[in-house]
Amino acid sequence: MNLVERFKAGLARSKEGFLRHLDLLFSGGELNDDFYEALEEALILGDVGVEASLKLVEQLRLEVSRRKIRERNQAKEILMQEITAMLNGAEEPVKPDGEPLVILLIGVNGSGKTTTAAKLAYRYRREGNEVLLVAGDTFRAAAIEQLQIWAERAGVALIRQQPGSDPSAVFYDALNAARARQVDVVIGDTAGRLHTKVNLMEELKKINRVIGRVQPGAPHRVLLVIDATTGHNGIAQAARFNEAVPVTGLVLTKLDGTARGGIVVGMQDTLKVPVCYVGVGEKLEDLLPFEAADFARALLA
Amino acid sequence: MFANLAEKLQNTLRKLRGKGKLSEKDVDLALREIRLALLEADVNFKVVKEFVEEIRERAVGEEVRQSLTPGQQVVKIVHEELTALMGREQSKINLAGSPAVIMLAGLQGSGKTTTAVKLAVELSHGGRKPLLAAADTYRPGAAEQLQVLGDSAGLPCYRNDGASPVQICREAVRFAAREGYDPVILDTAGRLHLDAAMMDELKEIKAQLKPAELLLVVDAMTGQDAVNVASSFHEALGLTGVILTKLDGDTRGGAALSVRAVTGCPIKFAGVGEKLDALEPFHPERMASRILGMGDLLTLIEKAEAGFDQQKARKLEQKLRRQEFTLDDFREQLQQIQQIGSMEEILAMLPAAQLPKELRRLQVDEKQFQRIEAVIASMTPAERNNPAIINSSRRRRIARGSGTTVQDVNRLLTQFSQMQRLFKQMGSLEKKGFKNIGKGKRGFPFF
Ligand SMILES: Nc1nc2c(ncn2[C@@H]2O[C@H](COP(=O)(O)OP(=O)(O)OP(=O)(O)O)[C@@H](O)[C@H]2O)c(=O)[nH]1
Ligand SMILES: Nc1nc2c(ncn2[C@@H]2O[C@H](COP(=O)(O)OP(=O)(O)OP(=O)(O)O)[C@@H](O)[C@H]2O)c(=O)[nH]1
Ligand SMILES: [Mg+2]
Ligand SMILES: [Mg+2]
Repeated sequence: MNLVERFKAGLARSKEGFLRHLDLLFSGGELNDDFYEALEEALILGDVGVEASLKLVEQLRLEVSRRKIRERNQAKEILMQEITAMLNGAEEPVKPDGEPLVILLIGVNGSGKTTTAAKLAYRYRREGNEVLLVAGDTFRAAAIEQLQIWAERAGVALIRQQPGSDPSAVFYDALNAARARQVDVVIGDTAGRLHTKVNLMEELKKINRVIGRVQPGAPHRVLLVIDATTGHNGIAQAARFNEAVPVTGLVLTKLDGTARGGIVVGMQDTLKVPVCYVGVGEKLEDLLPFEAADFARALLA
Repeated sequence: MFANLAEKLQNTLRKLRGKGKLSEKDVDLALREIRLALLEADVNFKVVKEFVEEIRERAVGEEVRQSLTPGQQVVKIVHEELTALMGREQSKINLAGSPAVIMLAGLQGSGKTTTAVKLAVELSHGGRKPLLAAADTYRPGAAEQLQVLGDSAGLPCYRNDGASPVQICREAVRFAAREGYDPVILDTAGRLHLDAAMMDELKEIKAQLKPAELLLVVDAMTGQDAVNVASSFHEALGLTGVILTKLDGDTRGGAALSVRAVTGCPIKFAGVGEKLDALEPFHPERMASRILGMGDLLTLIEKAEAGFDQQKARKLEQKLRRQEFTLDDFREQLQQIQQIGSMEEILAMLPAAQLPKELRRLQVDEKQFQRIEAVIASMTPAERNNPAIINSSRRRRIARGSGTTVQDVNRLLTQFSQMQRLFKQMGSLEKKGFKNIGKGKRGFPFF
C-alpha cells in the first residue's frame, strides 16, 4: 500500500471510530472514559485547541462529580453552557455624544478584514447611520481599490490616499473628515500582518495612537478578525495583537465552510472578549451577530 | 516543544529501560505524548491517530529500549518518520505543453494571487516568459491586484474583466501561444470546497486548458479543516501539488502533514512573506522539525552562512581565542546579524522551547540595535579597544554624543563584559570537544 492508500484506509477506519464516538456523544448512557474521550476528540477536531480542550473536559469531570450528574446529555449541556458563557457578552457599544463611533479591524493576512469592514459598514448604514470607511491598508496591491468597490456597493463614503502612504496619516485625515462631516460611524480597514512582525505591529500601535490623539477615547472597538480555519496559531495571534492594541472583540469569518472555528474558545484565555460577529459568505449581508449557544452546539455535533 | 516532548518522553520511558517487555500501558503513555505534540502543531486528529499507530512498533522497539536517552531516541524516530511522510524535496514545476498551463486553486485568502506572481517571478528568473491570467472575476479588485503585482515585477497580466473565468483562461492561453509567452499561470478565485457550482467552474477550466500543474494553495496556519479542504479539492480536480503559504509566521504548520497524508501530492513551495521573492522550495526535513517544534535551525544556518564573511569570521575567531574581542568587533557582529534578517525573523527560526524564557517573549526592538551602534560610534578608538577606561565623565560624553542616556551606555558596557565572560567559557567548552554549529564554520558567538 502506498502512502495515500494507507492513510485512506486508516482514515476510513478512524471515521468509523469517530461515528461510534458520535454515538457515544449523543446516546444517553453512563458517564465513562469513552464519553469524555469522545468529547475531547470533538473539541480538538473543532480546533478548540489541545490545552483548552483538555481543560474544559477536566473541568466538566469535576463539575459532574460535584453535582452528581449521571446523564450524558446533562453533562454535555453543562459543557455547552460553559463554552457559551466564555464567548458571550457582545454588546453594541454606546455611540459617543456628538462624535463618531470608531471601529478598527485588525488581523493576519487574508483573514477577511476588508470584506468585514464593508459588511459592517453596510450593516450600520442600514440601521440609519452615516458611515465612513477608511482605506487603512496602503500596502497590499489593490487593497484600496478593493475597499473602494465595496464602499460603492455598500453606499458609504471612503477616505483614501495614495498606495504606499503612511496609514496613520490616512486615519488622521479620516477622523478629522469624520468629525467635520458629522459621521456616525468610522470603520477602519488595516493591512494584514503576521503578529510576529515587529515593525508591522509597531505600525499598528502608531495607528492606534494617532486615532486616540485626534479623538480621545477612540478607537472604541478594536475587532480582531480571525479565519475560522485557523488552528493553534490563533492563540499566538490573540496574545500578540492584544499586546499591540487592546482587542475588544472578535469577528470569526468564513464560518460558511467546514471549519468550526473553535480556536476562539482557546483565544479566550488571553483575550476574555466576546465574539461579536461571524462571517458566513462573501456578500454584504453575510455578517451575522454571533450566537454563542448555537456555536457551542455545533462544536459538539 | 521539542525539548518539552523529548523531556516528557524521557520521563515516561526511563522506567522502561532494560525491561524485557513493555506493557501496553507504558507504550500508550509514550504515544500519548507524541499524539499531543502533533495535535498542538495542528496535524489533523485522524492523521495523528494513523501516524502514531504506524510508528507504534518502532517507537518502543529495541533501539529505544537500549538507548540511554530513550526520549530523544523516540523524537528522532518520530522526526525521521515525519520527514519520510513529507516526501522528497521536489520543487520542480512541470512545464509540459506549449504554452504550459499552471493553475492555482484554494480557499479564500489562502494566498493564490500573491503566489501566482511569486511563481511567475521564479520562472522568469529561470529564463521563462510567463503570462499571468486574471481568472478571478468575483472578488472586488482581484484582477487589479494581480496586474499591480505583475507590473511591479515587470510581468504581463492578461485581463478581460467582463468575461467568464473559463473564457479568460482560454483567451490567455491563446494570447500566450501567439505572443510567445510560456507558461500561463491562472489565478482563480478563492472558493469553498462545499460550493459545488464554483468547484464545477474549476473542473471546466481544467478540462479545457489541461494544466500541467494544478496546485492547491494552503495557508500554513490552517487547523483541523486542512484535511477536508485538501481531500475535497483533490477528489474534484486531481491536484498535482501543493504550495504552503504564510510560513514566515510562527505557526507550527501541521497542516502540511495533513494535506500530504490525504492527497499524497508533493508540497512544492513555501511562501515566506508578502514580497514577491518570498517563495522557497519546500524542505520536508525542516518542516518535520518545525512541526515537532524544533525550530528551523537549518534555514537559519543557511542564511547566516550566506550573510557571513568567511575571512572576517576567521579573524574574529582568533580574536575570541586570544580574548581580544573589542567593541568594534561587537559592532561588526551586530551589523552582520542584521544582514541575516531582522531579529524577529531569526528568533522565529529558533526552537522556541530551547530559548531562555525571556528571549522567547522578547519583542526585539530594531531601534535598540541602532542605539547600540550609535553609542559605540561615539567612543574614541582607545575606548573601544579598552572599555575599562570609560569612567563616568566619559560615559556622559558618549551618551551626549550618541543622543542616548548614560543608562544606555551603562547597559551596553555591562552586556559587553558579560559577553566577554561568555566567550571565555565557550573557549573552554570548545577545548572539551564541543563543536560550533554551522558545518564546522566558526565565529558564531551569538548562536
Ligand atoms: N466564504 C467566505 N469568504 C470570506 C468571508 N469573509 C471574507 N471572505 C473572503 O476571503 C478573502 C479574503 O478577504 P479580505 O477581506 O480581502 O481579507 P483581508 O483580511 O482584508 O486580507 P488582506 O488585506 O490581504 O490581509 C476574500 O476572497 C473574501 O471574499 C466569509 O465570511 N466567508
Ligand atoms: N506573510 C505572508 N503573507 C502572505 C503570503 N502569501 C500571501 N500573503 C498575504 O496574504 C493575503 C492574501 O493573499 P492573496 O494572494 O490575496 O490571497 P488569495 O488566495 O488570492 O485570496 P482570494 O483571491 O481572496 O481568495 C495578502 O495580504 C497577501 O499579501 C506569505 O507567504 N506570507
Ligand atoms: Mg484587506
Ligand atoms: Mg486572489
